[in-house]
Amino acid sequence: MTEDVLLTISDFSVTYDVDPPVEAVRDVSLELKRGEILGLAGESGSGKTTLAYGIQRLLKPPAVITGGSALFHDATGEIIDIGALSDDEMRRFRWDKASMVFQGAMNALNPVINIGRQLGDVFTTHRPELSRSERTRACGDLLDLVGVGRERLRSFPHELSGGMRQRVMIAMALALHPQLMIMDEPTPALDVLVQREILAQISDLRRQFGFSVVFITHDLPLLLEISDRIAVMRQGRIVELDTAENIYRHPQHEYTKRLLSSFPSLTGDRGDFVRGTDIGRSEREAATSAEGTDTALEVTA
Amino acid sequence: MTTLEFRNVTKRYRVRGAGKMLALDDVSFTLESGRTIALVGQSGSGKSTIAKIITQLERQSAGDVLLDGSPIPRSGRGLRRYRQQVRMVFQDPFASLNPYHTIRHHIERPLRLDKVVPSDEIEGEVRRLLERVRLDADSTIDRRPHELSGGQRQRVAIARALASRPSLLIADEPVSMLDVSIRLGVLNLLADLQRESNLGVLYITHDLATARHFSDEIMVLNRGRVVERGPADDVILNPQDDYTRALRNASPDPDRHFARTTASPAGAADTEGALA
Repeated sequence: MTEDVLLTISDFSVTYDVDPPVEAVRDVSLELKRGEILGLAGESGSGKTTLAYGIQRLLKPPAVITGGSALFHDATGEIIDIGALSDDEMRRFRWDKASMVFQGAMNALNPVINIGRQLGDVFTTHRPELSRSERTRACGDLLDLVGVGRERLRSFPHELSGGMRQRVMIAMALALHPQLMIMDEPTPALDVLVQREILAQISDLRRQFGFSVVFITHDLPLLLEISDRIAVMRQGRIVELDTAENIYRHPQHEYTKRLLSSFPSLTGDRGDFVRGTDIGRSEREAATSAEGTDTALEVTA
Repeated sequence: MTTLEFRNVTKRYRVRGAGKMLALDDVSFTLESGRTIALVGQSGSGKSTIAKIITQLERQSAGDVLLDGSPIPRSGRGLRRYRQQVRMVFQDPFASLNPYHTIRHHIERPLRLDKVVPSDEIEGEVRRLLERVRLDADSTIDRRPHELSGGQRQRVAIARALASRPSLLIADEPVSMLDVSIRLGVLNLLADLQRESNLGVLYITHDLATARHFSDEIMVLNRGRVVERGPADDVILNPQDDYTRALRNASPDPDRHFARTTASPAGAADTEGALA
C-alpha cells in the first residue's frame, strides 16, 4: 500500500512569527501518490503557497515550521525525512528528487545569461560527472521535450515569449527527472491557448516519466479538469480532499460549494451570477456580507 | 441615449527595426447605453488598444471614433465633457487609487471637477455613491485605500467612475486581480448599476465564461481584427470562427469535461448534448 505513496505530510504547521503571529498552515496531513496530479485549491491567504514552500524548506523568517513532518518515499525504497536533512543534503535533494516551478517563473530567468547556460547550471551542480558536450546535448534534449526547440539554446530570455520562458522553467524542473514536481500558479499569466498546450505537455511527460505533480492555483475549473484529486485549503487548513469528480459532483464543505459557484460555467449554468433576474438577490447579499467578514484575510494576489 | 461608434478604426504602432505593427485592423462597432458588449481575445489581440483609443490616451491612425455622431474633441472643454460621459474602471484597484488620499478625496475629485452637484451637497453625494456600490459610508469614507480589501477598493473605483454620471463605462478586466470568491459579487454589482442607470458597458476580459453571462453581445478579437461577434450565448455555444472555437475549447469547462468522461462511447454526440 505504502509502495505507491510518494510523499506523506503529517500535521504540518507553519506560523509567521509576527505580532500577532499568523498561523498560515495548520495541521495539514495528506498523502501524495506516485504518478498522481494533486490540485491544491484556495484563495490568496489560504496557505497553499506557504505549505508548498514549507515542504521544500524554502520558507524564510519570520515563517517558522512549528510542527509536523514531510516524508519522501524515494524510488530506491529509502524514506527521507525532509525536515531532518542537513543543508547540504537538502541542496542535493532539491531538483534531483523534487523540483518546483515558482509563481511568475517566467520572470525568474537571468536576463544576461543565455538559456542553454542557465539550464546547464543544473547539470554542472547536480551531475558534475557529465562532460560539456553531454551537458549541451542534455539541455538541447530538454528544450526539444518542452517544445521550445534546441535551436534556442543560445537565446536570451528577452528573445522568447512568456509561454516559451515558462516552458524553459518547466524544462529546468524536469532536468534531473525528479519524482515530484510542485507547480505554484504556473500558468495564470499565460493565454488560455498556451496554457492548454503546456498543461497537455505536463500530462504527457508525467505519463512518460511517472512523476507526481502538486498543482497550486485558485482556478478551480482548471484543477477539476487536470487533477486526479483536489485538496481545498482555507485559512491554513485542508477543508476537503477528494477525487476531482467527487469535488465536482458531491462537494461536502460549504466553502468548496461556494468556490464552485463562484465560477459561472462556460457552457452551462450561471453559478452565483444573477444578471437579469432578481431571484437569488438575498443569496447575493449574503455573499456580499461574507466578503465583509473575510476582509481581514483577503489579500489580493 | 448615448452611442459610441468605432467606424473602420485602424491603429499602427511604429516598432523599432520592424517597421509598423498593425494593432487594430478596420474595427467597427457601436456601444450604446443600456447594452453590455464583451470584448474577448488573448493578450496582444488589441483589446487594450481599443480601451486606450476610447479614453483618448492614444489616437487612431485611421477611421473615426464618434460620440453621438460627432468626433471626439482633441482638447479643452469638449474633451473633458467627453471624458465625463465615458468613464473607465481599471484592472488593478491597488494601482488605480492614490495611497495618500482618503476615499472621500477620491470620489470628491470628479464631483468638483465636473461640477456635478453644488459644493454644499458634495458630502451627501459621496455618501450616496458609496452606498450605491454597497459600501458602508460611515466606516469607509475617511479610510485610505490600504485599509480596504481588494474587493472594497474596486467598489471605490466604481463609485468614482460613476461620480460624473457617465452614460458609458469601460471596464478593463475589472475583476481579474480580485480573489475568486468575490469576483462575482463585483460583477453582479456592475450588472445592477448598469440596469439602474441604463449604462452602456464595454467589458474587456479574457474570461469567456463571465463574458457570456455578463454581456448581451460578444466581440472576439484576434490580431487586431474582429473575427466574430453576436449574441453572447451564440458566440460561446455555437462559435462560427475557428479562432473563437479554439479559445472556447481551451477554456476550462468542468461541465463539459465530466459530461464527456461519463458519457457513452457515442462521444461526439454527447459533447454536443452537453453544450445544448
